[in-house]
Amino acid sequence: MSELSQTMAEEESSTEVSSSKTITLRIAKFNPEHDSTQQFADFKLPYERWTTVLDAILDVKKHLDHSVAVRYSCRQASCGSCGMKINGRPRLACFTKISELNSDVVTVEPMNNYPIVRDLVVNLERMFTTHKKMQPYVIREDTEITAPTKEFKQTPEELEEYIQFANCIKCGLCNSACPTMATDSSFLGPQALGQAYRYVADNRDKGKSSRLKIIDESHGIWRCHFAGSCSQVCPKGVDPAMGIQLLRGYLLGFRK
Amino acid sequence: MKRNENKEGIKGMANPGRYGIERVAYWLMRITGLGLLAYLIGHVYETSNIVNGKTAWDNFLSLTQTTEGHVVLTLVIGMCVFHTANGIRVMLGHGGFGVGKPARPDYPYTPASQNNMHKLCIYASIGLAALAMMYGMSVLFGE
Amino acid sequence: MRESTIMKIHYGTALGAVVLVAVHVLFRITMMNYEDSLAYENVLANYKYIPYAIMLELILVLLSVHGFNGLRVILLELKQGRSYEKAVSYGCIAGMIGLVAYGSRTILMASMGMT
Repeated sequence: MSELSQTMAEEESSTEVSSSKTITLRIAKFNPEHDSTQQFADFKLPYERWTTVLDAILDVKKHLDHSVAVRYSCRQASCGSCGMKINGRPRLACFTKISELNSDVVTVEPMNNYPIVRDLVVNLERMFTTHKKMQPYVIREDTEITAPTKEFKQTPEELEEYIQFANCIKCGLCNSACPTMATDSSFLGPQALGQAYRYVADNRDKGKSSRLKIIDESHGIWRCHFAGSCSQVCPKGVDPAMGIQLLRGYLLGFRK
Repeated sequence: MKRNENKEGIKGMANPGRYGIERVAYWLMRITGLGLLAYLIGHVYETSNIVNGKTAWDNFLSLTQTTEGHVVLTLVIGMCVFHTANGIRVMLGHGGFGVGKPARPDYPYTPASQNNMHKLCIYASIGLAALAMMYGMSVLFGE
Repeated sequence: MRESTIMKIHYGTALGAVVLVAVHVLFRITMMNYEDSLAYENVLANYKYIPYAIMLELILVLLSVHGFNGLRVILLELKQGRSYEKAVSYGCIAGMIGLVAYGSRTILMASMGMT
């Protein structure tokens, strides 16, 4: 009986744990302070069905090349730190399993449309600046804090209007995929515009007109052409393209 | 553009391969728009020959009544039909029509704004453009 | 002018042009066969028919506004900078006015028989 269970355990472990598969992980290396071009360092690694690209990068960092620069934190698609270009598409490294890429070579590069700090780390400062520009908070003259006798009611239907957009983790993948951002460094970007919608659609908020004024500029909302690449790469299902079109509906007078 | 800005540039903007048919439509919309503006300028110049008399008009018209001229005109018909049909789709989308309703997303997070109706409209725009080009060819080359 | 106003004009000119260009094209292929419709006498007769000449003028204005604003949008997205953006905006307005003026001259002269 105990022999049988041991055999079964071994069979399970041989199908679940043992790994005969390997990939070549190509990591982009670039330090703007002393490199003139980006170089790729190749590493051969074993991987399991559940190994994420971040796991593989950290494996390289731990055992093969300590100098690889990568930013990460939660490892569960909540912090938005590990955005990078994986096989040509912006993705979260912690949320992308190697097995689902169906490729023997996994190329990781820093996200496009952001200045490179080093290797896979990019500077997200501009994204945070444009995000702040959208006044990402509920604006009203009376507040729950100064007038605690009052509460702001919201029905589940009213919550549904914006809650999807509150899922944004500011990873910046949408801005990296956006075709306008590929050339227009002044464009507000899908991240900021999606967040503008999040607050405009919140029925507790009274800052709609000031936000609409901010986005109605020459490098504002009108530079979105509804290519939808931002929504396709969003790891949290935010769908910034939808938010932007709904937001534009307010400016065109189709929404009140 | 500084290297460390890491912008994708025109190559990245124009690359239609990575993000599905919506990105192809975006790229085609730009190309057809530029092509149609070029045609408009050429057409205004071409028709201005009418004020120079019959000989000037006939001479200029003979330049366009060639196989190459007909091919260009066929392309213009295709560009015009695609730009119009896809333009109406984009315009409706810009007004917030047909982009879905906000809802709590469920994994694997298929974006509602990139729905099948839009994809169908893009394919229909390409199909209509192809049909119009075929009709245009039958009129231009059929005589 | 606010960008939303410019874009409303962009959409409006597009819709107007779609209808009028359709009429313009139908004129070429339904009145007679395509080749005959381009004959000097027939084209001139089209210009002299005032409602048609007005329609041509409207098409010219609508398409010039739409086309040059589209070009402005593409150019603004390609490169940024205060002087570049100013040059693009004024350049497109100049191009638009130039094209409308040149096309109007043709329509006016042809419809008045100054050929």
